[in-house]
Amino acid sequence: FFFFLIFEVFFGVFSFTINSAITINAVLEVEASKVGCSVPAARKTGTTICGVVFKDGVVLGADTRATEGMIVADKNCSKIHYISPNIYCCGAGTAADTEMTTQLISSNLELHSLSTGRLPRVATANRMLKQMLFRYQGYIGAALVLGGVDCNGPHLYSIYPHGSTDKLPYVTMGSGSLAAMAVFEDRYKPDMEEDAAKQLVRDAIAAGIFNDLGSGSNIDLCVITKSKVNYIRPHDEANKKGVRTGDYKYKRGTTGVLTKAVTPIDLELLEESVQTMDTS
Amino acid sequence: MEKHCTESRVKGVSTGTTILAAVFDGGVVIGSDSRASMGEEYVSSKTINKVIQVHDRIFCCIAGSLADAQAITKAAKFHLSFHSVQMESPPRVMAAASVLKDLCYKNREELQAGFITAGWDKKNGPQVYVVALGGMLINQLVTIAGSGSTYIYGYIDAKYKPNMTKEECLQFATNALALAMGRDNVSGGVAHLVVVTEKGVEHVVVPGDKLPKFHDE
Repeated sequence: FFFFLIFEVFFGVFSFTINSAITINAVLEVEASKVGCSVPAARKTGTTICGVVFKDGVVLGADTRATEGMIVADKNCSKIHYISPNIYCCGAGTAADTEMTTQLISSNLELHSLSTGRLPRVATANRMLKQMLFRYQGYIGAALVLGGVDCNGPHLYSIYPHGSTDKLPYVTMGSGSLAAMAVFEDRYKPDMEEDAAKQLVRDAIAAGIFNDLGSGSNIDLCVITKSKVNYIRPHDEANKKGVRTGDYKYKRGTTGVLTKAVTPIDLELLEESVQTMDTS
Repeated sequence: MEKHCTESRVKGVSTGTTILAAVFDGGVVIGSDSRASMGEEYVSSKTINKVIQVHDRIFCCIAGSLADAQAITKAAKFHLSFHSVQMESPPRVMAAASVLKDLCYKNREELQAGFITAGWDKKNGPQVYVVALGGMLINQLVTIAGSGSTYIYGYIDAKYKPNMTKEECLQFATNALALAMGRDNVSGGVAHLVVVTEKGVEHVVVPGDKLPKFHDE
């Protein structure tokens, strides 16, 4: 009997909470279109994010453009999120989803770390993120690159919105991921030095920025090693706004004056009232 | 098998796969390719291992949506280790296959993953079970699954013989995987093979350039 009890509890493990939410959203969309307006489009990060494992740790990189349809909503947003002192996470996809997901897991991981009394492991963060994303069956549009250094060394994971993960030495995500992956496939070598790794990540993000419309602006880097974390924002301002070289203001006298006529307009005072302000 | 039965889009990262398992005299050979794809055009990982160990002598190959497959196999692994502690003996291969089947069947509306479970146990020796998309469970001597399997049904039917030796069976599996990877665009990378016998488990990885070549390559 005890065995069956565990069986029942255990098989409730797949609770697809998203199904009720789907029906509500579908109804809302129909109602909105009846009235003539459309459901607001979620702000996406477009994005190129990537990470690479080097000799002493990991380097995470991201661009800084957030798009709302075809408009750039934020020219300098921060896509590398803090998870724990030794773990950081880049997020692509829907901006709200990546922000909230990483904050939730960061908070849970801190509680977990206080409970265990140890520095959190990257595999733990990975497990928490994938279990949450799987529960929502891909409706939380968060594609993440998770990297950090723990007691077992440097680790790098890529996490897809449906909840699958890959543990690899170099990963890219986002709309610019193909451009960035091309750079990685050409120049990645195992056990690189920190400067070479930073240059490689910078070049991969730059490839995404210049070849993908959804990515742009600056390049942020985060270098995580056993002893410290170096959050470099911005590492490279690849797209600096230009300075205007000319001016459209003209000096007095540029246009010659032929005649001048002055007409005073007389105004008659009709009524004057004073209203005191109550400043008590 | 999986891809042709359902709607053409598998949600998220798909394993788009070739997986197989075959019984030989004294054990089983389980094999898979190593490619994970997104939407038929992008290879999201070249080196994933689709042969997952769910217990000491029981392995499981995954096909279909990678997220679903990873979640199911993790749940199954936990359940089997709990089961083996309760029973005070290693679980039967049938038990492992049943656990996967139950998970697939109870959640068949939401999940899109299929498995081949193979291994060795004391009661029935080497066995191979296939758990298909909706939760079907069948015991066979040799079985193939995944999108690449359609290209090697003929090869399997013609070349498989019961009671082969270990070397013959390994060669058979390697050839089958090579043929499927050669024709299916969403299968590729390296060939992962695992040999399970009473004595133990042996992993063989055949890199892409060492795969057998056939007449037109």
